[in-house]
Amino acid sequence: MKMITAVIKPFKLDDVREALGDVGVQGITVAEVKGFGRQRGHTEMYRGAEYVVDFLPKTKIEVAVADELVEQVIETIVNSARTGKIGDGKIFVTELSHVVRIRTGETGDSAV
Amino acid sequence: MEELSQLSGRVSEISYALDTFYFLVMGALVMWMAAGFTMLESGLVRAKNTAEILTKNVGLYSIACLMYMLCGYAIMYPGDAFEGGVFSALANIGILGSADNDAASVIAGDSYYSGLSDFFFQVVFVATAMSIVSGAVAERMKLWAFFAFAVVLTGFIYPVQGFWKWGGGWLNAMGFLDFAGSGVVHLCGAAAALAGVILLGPRKGKYDKNGNVKPIPGANLPLAAIGTLILWLGWFGFNGGSQLQVTGVDNANAVALIFVNTNMAAAGGLIAAMLLSRVWFGKADLTMVLNGALAGLVAITAEPLTPTPLVATLIGAVGGVIVVGSIVLFDKIRIDDPVGAISVHGVVGIWGILAVCLTNEEAKLGVQLIGMLSIFAWVFITSFVIWFLLKKTLGIRVSEAEEYEGVDLHECGLEAYPEFAKTE
Repeated sequence: MKMITAVIKPFKLDDVREALGDVGVQGITVAEVKGFGRQRGHTEMYRGAEYVVDFLPKTKIEVAVADELVEQVIETIVNSARTGKIGDGKIFVTELSHVVRIRTGETGDSAV
Repeated sequence: MEELSQLSGRVSEISYALDTFYFLVMGALVMWMAAGFTMLESGLVRAKNTAEILTKNVGLYSIACLMYMLCGYAIMYPGDAFEGGVFSALANIGILGSADNDAASVIAGDSYYSGLSDFFFQVVFVATAMSIVSGAVAERMKLWAFFAFAVVLTGFIYPVQGFWKWGGGWLNAMGFLDFAGSGVVHLCGAAAALAGVILLGPRKGKYDKNGNVKPIPGANLPLAAIGTLILWLGWFGFNGGSQLQVTGVDNANAVALIFVNTNMAAAGGLIAAMLLSRVWFGKADLTMVLNGALAGLVAITAEPLTPTPLVATLIGAVGGVIVVGSIVLFDKIRIDDPVGAISVHGVVGIWGILAVCLTNEEAKLGVQLIGMLSIFAWVFITSFVIWFLLKKTLGIRVSEAEEYEGVDLHECGLEAYPEFAKTE
């Protein structure tokens, strides 16, 4: 099992969610986050003075999947979240050692 | 013959009722300006300081009402006690409401509105002056020090200079013109605010190590916008009511002209500030646009009756230009005024006082300058002394940690938006 964490542009969330649903992903966790990467921040003006916004709003998605689905999910996220412009985000894949479904106590792939 | 005299008596009574009604409704509109200030200020501060600025605004309004009833009104309008000077007016304390006008004096033409309607109209003005202070000192002043100052300003400082002009004092005798209070109300509030801000210092984080301005954006611009529009509405009462009477063709026409001019000046100020900020900063900064409308309103307040609507628009537009420059300038010289109150009400108030000379033939520039300087000097110096005494006793500024966490938690013990609060 793998945990796939993707940081994407917020307005792409609906597209990604739909695409993931189509490939059989049964659940995702979403959080509104702030951060910076190569895109860095930008400057804004307020009452005649400039200031730098260091952290840009992004959306973080976490998807836990069985090993055989990993490549397909990554490809799906890349295709549905991409705009081709700077700031499209990143995908991180980490090993997932254990999963438990709270309601039934199931573990492993059947709990994902 | 007797029937005719009875009829004329009835007409006098109906005029009296109408003028009183007009005065009360105008006063109620001015009261609503308290809502405008409250919303504007809560929109331009950060979320962590929202509940405290709301508390200040509703608290100062009530304190102003109480103090003006107890002594402010008697100091400002001493009536016959005037001969003995300002302080003998204190002997009048408490007589308010003891007797209003009777029908005989109304029919004789001695009075054309209820005495208490006059009190009501005046009391909401002093609250307006105090509201100006709360925005300028927002986000870092101690709540109770602010209320202590409100007691002195509304009970004493404001009424004394109000007496000078509207109570029949020396500025009035001199020919100083200030129709609805660019000086008596707006410059007064701004001078008190300036003294407070100088002793208080800027908000933490407003300037970086090199002294550059670091903007602290307001939390809720929809509130700031609705607050400005409420003030705009209330201003029709502020200026329109200052005609004091609406019966008769001349008065009715005057009130209508004042409404139109007040409205045009606000529109002129807004458009001028919007264009200037687009040209200067490259964007239409909403907070400047809103300040521009208020600047237009302050600018026309000293003389909303003699300009034509077109000239009123221009007077307001000049106010809108002044306010944008003034806000940037005050920021640069480390006078940190989160809502721009000192610029809107003070700097543009001065413009309003001087602009009377453009359209009113009776105005003399020298007298307008003396009036402006004496109001500013009186309010600034007395306020500075009071703020200074408060600083040495109660303290006027919250601690650094309290300022960082927000004055809502420390001064009010609650938060405006508790769903987003940490609960540990």
